[in-house]
Amino acid sequence: MDAKNIVISAQDLTKQFGDFTAVDQITFEVYGGEIFGFLGANGAGKTTAMRMLCGLSKPSGGKASVAGFDIYREPEQIKRNIGYMSQKFSLYEDLTIKENIQFFGGIYGLSDRVLKEKSTDLIQQLGLAEHAHTLVGSLPLGWKQKLAFSVAIIHQPSIVFLDEPTGGVDPITRRQFWDLIYEAADQGITIFVTTHYMDEAEYCNRISMMVDGKIAALDSPTALKQEFAAETMDDVFFQLARQAKRKSD
Amino acid sequence: MKQFFIFVRKEFLHVFRDNKTLLMLFGLPIAQIVLFGFALTNEIKDSKIVICDYAQDNASRQLIDKIAVSRNFIVKEQMIDQQQIKSVFQQGDVKLVVVFPNNFEQDLLHSNQAQLQVIADASDPNTASTLTSYISSITSDFQQNFNAGNQMQPIISPEIRMLYNPELKGATNFVPGVMALVLLLVCVLMTSVSIVREKEKGTMEILLVSPMNPLTVIIAKAIPYFFLSLINLTVILLMSVFLLDMPMNGSLLLLYLVSSILILCALSLGLLISNVTESQQAAMLISLMAMLLPTVLFSGFMFPLENMPVALQVVANAVPSKWYYIIVKSIMIKGVGFLSIWKETLVLSGMTLFLLLVSFKKFKIRLQ
Amino acid sequence: MGDIKWACTERLNSDPMVDVSVQNISKTYDEGTVKALSGISFEVEKGELFGIVGPDGAGKTTLFRILVTLLLADAGEAMVNGSDVVKDYKEIRSKVGYMPGKFSLYQDLSVEENLKFFASIFGTTVEENYHLVKDIYVQLEPFKRRRAGALSGGMKQKLALCCALIHRPEVLFLDEPTTGVDTVSRKEFWEMLKRLKSEGITILVSTPYMDEATLCERIALVQEGQIMSIDTPDGIIARYPDQLFAIKSDNMSGLLRDLRAHPEVASAFSFGEYHHITFTDKQKIAEGASSFLATLSHHNLEMHTITPTVEDCFIQLMSHDGR
Repeated sequence: MDAKNIVISAQDLTKQFGDFTAVDQITFEVYGGEIFGFLGANGAGKTTAMRMLCGLSKPSGGKASVAGFDIYREPEQIKRNIGYMSQKFSLYEDLTIKENIQFFGGIYGLSDRVLKEKSTDLIQQLGLAEHAHTLVGSLPLGWKQKLAFSVAIIHQPSIVFLDEPTGGVDPITRRQFWDLIYEAADQGITIFVTTHYMDEAEYCNRISMMVDGKIAALDSPTALKQEFAAETMDDVFFQLARQAKRKSD
Repeated sequence: MKQFFIFVRKEFLHVFRDNKTLLMLFGLPIAQIVLFGFALTNEIKDSKIVICDYAQDNASRQLIDKIAVSRNFIVKEQMIDQQQIKSVFQQGDVKLVVVFPNNFEQDLLHSNQAQLQVIADASDPNTASTLTSYISSITSDFQQNFNAGNQMQPIISPEIRMLYNPELKGATNFVPGVMALVLLLVCVLMTSVSIVREKEKGTMEILLVSPMNPLTVIIAKAIPYFFLSLINLTVILLMSVFLLDMPMNGSLLLLYLVSSILILCALSLGLLISNVTESQQAAMLISLMAMLLPTVLFSGFMFPLENMPVALQVVANAVPSKWYYIIVKSIMIKGVGFLSIWKETLVLSGMTLFLLLVSFKKFKIRLQ
Repeated sequence: MGDIKWACTERLNSDPMVDVSVQNISKTYDEGTVKALSGISFEVEKGELFGIVGPDGAGKTTLFRILVTLLLADAGEAMVNGSDVVKDYKEIRSKVGYMPGKFSLYQDLSVEENLKFFASIFGTTVEENYHLVKDIYVQLEPFKRRRAGALSGGMKQKLALCCALIHRPEVLFLDEPTTGVDTVSRKEFWEMLKRLKSEGITILVSTPYMDEATLCERIALVQEGQIMSIDTPDGIIARYPDQLFAIKSDNMSGLLRDLRAHPEVASAFSFGEYHHITFTDKQKIAEGASSFLATLSHHNLEMHTITPTVEDCFIQLMSHDGR
């Protein structure tokens, strides 16, 4: 976290669907190289906020910039400079490891030469050299996840957005995945991650907690636990989410 | 029994809450009929025709002038032989050729009879028949005024030849075809999609794990579409009779009875399709492919079966809509009773029974 | 062969307290290329709250589908509430409640319409068993005219539970009811299950969340189609073979790397605020933890012994399964 350069900044960012305010004037900053946990109950507005930051959805109000680009005017540049990985869609199961890498590298505009180098390097790094021509569908889950993450950062984005990357994954694979996240953070890639596992919240440098479309708390896990006089992050989350009025709709 | 009615009610709710389904159900038939109806009733203006006058006499001149002043035609005179007629049509913008034979006036004056050759490009049968009828009426008007003093009325008989579609399926013949198409399409599509939707959404899992008999589920699913199809049929009939002047000479009851058989046939086909597909899109695609093409190609309402190779004619026998098309034409236009169509009805019923049995047999009581 | 089968069935039925019994159930997909379940056996007693705990792909859904008669097993036998899942599938279908993993209600029907519909296909009415779902349904009542598709995740789960309960099933199968649901809704959901248990309904519930395991009376830890361990949560924890320590410092990721490279450390996994570690030589550590800490150059080191969680046990069992 060198000198706190700001890579994501949102000011009064708002999204309305009809008379429903999904995201209600959120203001926050994310610093370069940090692991930023973006938590909240179902329906609190996490996904909507994340979509706006990725340039997928136009805000109804407020300002925000991601990787130095304005989310209104420069969504295309944003897409070029971020990586994205979700639980549901990550890789094409009917393509081989190599084909997946080349496809995703290709859509980010890597040149053939760079792509060739990268894919060889990547396969080597992941220890998958023997399996370069194996269909992704037949790989164990842990490998798939590693590969999906590596592919999401193949174009060396400054920020990577991870939407519940570890849902339903076994405890060992889940931890291996976090090793990857740490590695990427050490290389200076900023991590923006959502999760339902509260122990994973502890691994983040800072956490924001959304309740009813607003950011109800934002700090380091230790500071949050102190503030709420809570033993665990689970407890913090529970105290905050219980205040939600919207939760029952 | 109560379970059954609740289920049927639920199906109706699905239908009425989904605008897409409603549009399919009622928009499609109305659009079809309006489309065909529009094509039928529209008057043709300024159609380019070629007149080839071998007679070059007074009578032919007068008749040509009469044709030329009509707002329906733009006349181009050209001396061509029989071989050239085809190439004229192939260029596309000329739809009709009128040929005056030698001695047109002499024949008319001396034997009171003259021939006039009218050749139409019937690849578009609607246009062809409309244009020839214009010519016929101008000709008959002409012959009444020709030599008005003479006691004997001269007779000009236009000898009409339809190229490409010698049978000239009349416009009204489309309606039975559209009926078959719409009923099949809507029923097959709706049943297959509605069952596959339950599979896709996971609700089929719960239904299977309930004590409800899977057959009951199927029948309850089919019932709303059966009734909606009957309503559909009524709409089509009303529109074709009142909007398109389609005759309704036979028994209405018989027509509904036969249509019910076709609907049942379609429902069981839809059920079969739902058995082999897992997604709504796939079900929709298969339904469209399996219904639209065979109905259009083989029921005989677009392309005359008689002109097809024998192999295809045999294939056509396996298409339910072919039989339904024959039956509906017989009832509506010829006004015949059951005795004249029992054979076709038997074939259709046999097919329906077969499909129904197969689809019940194939229905899975488990997920795999 | 017939004799053996008879003997086996006899044994299954012999204990009146056993409500669900599974014997050597195996299942493969795609003509045997994908193994979903390999020889699973266990028993669940009447009125028990039994958890199947394991990650995605462990075979939980396949197991449930076999038990609720939606799938046929390749081998093995299973009885639910005294009925065979193959032969007596019709009886089972009227006795069990099933809530599939994916939200499986009619999204275009209202809350009320869904409930009424499911009551009637099970041949009952909402009024008849209202007391069972009352606690849950009162929370849904304000939205009863809303379409199910417009409910939040937590509310959908509640409605699905109501619909699975409305015919007062003998055995309730809940396949990952809390997946994708936030902590608050998850807590509420488990409280509802406890209340249902007091009604005497046998409940089988599957979950990928290890922390939910302790809320069950007994659990089976499953991984890759096999049961690794089966016991009460306390029993499973008591069987953890090593002394477990929790350790933390200022630089957690660096600490983890150092721990993994350390010759005295047998295993090291991050667990939220702390890393959980075990040692190769138990005796030595018991004598002096401070000498171990001295070998690590980290600031604000802190270490203490802890009781393992189910997740620790799961990791330990997975590692010993030859990972």
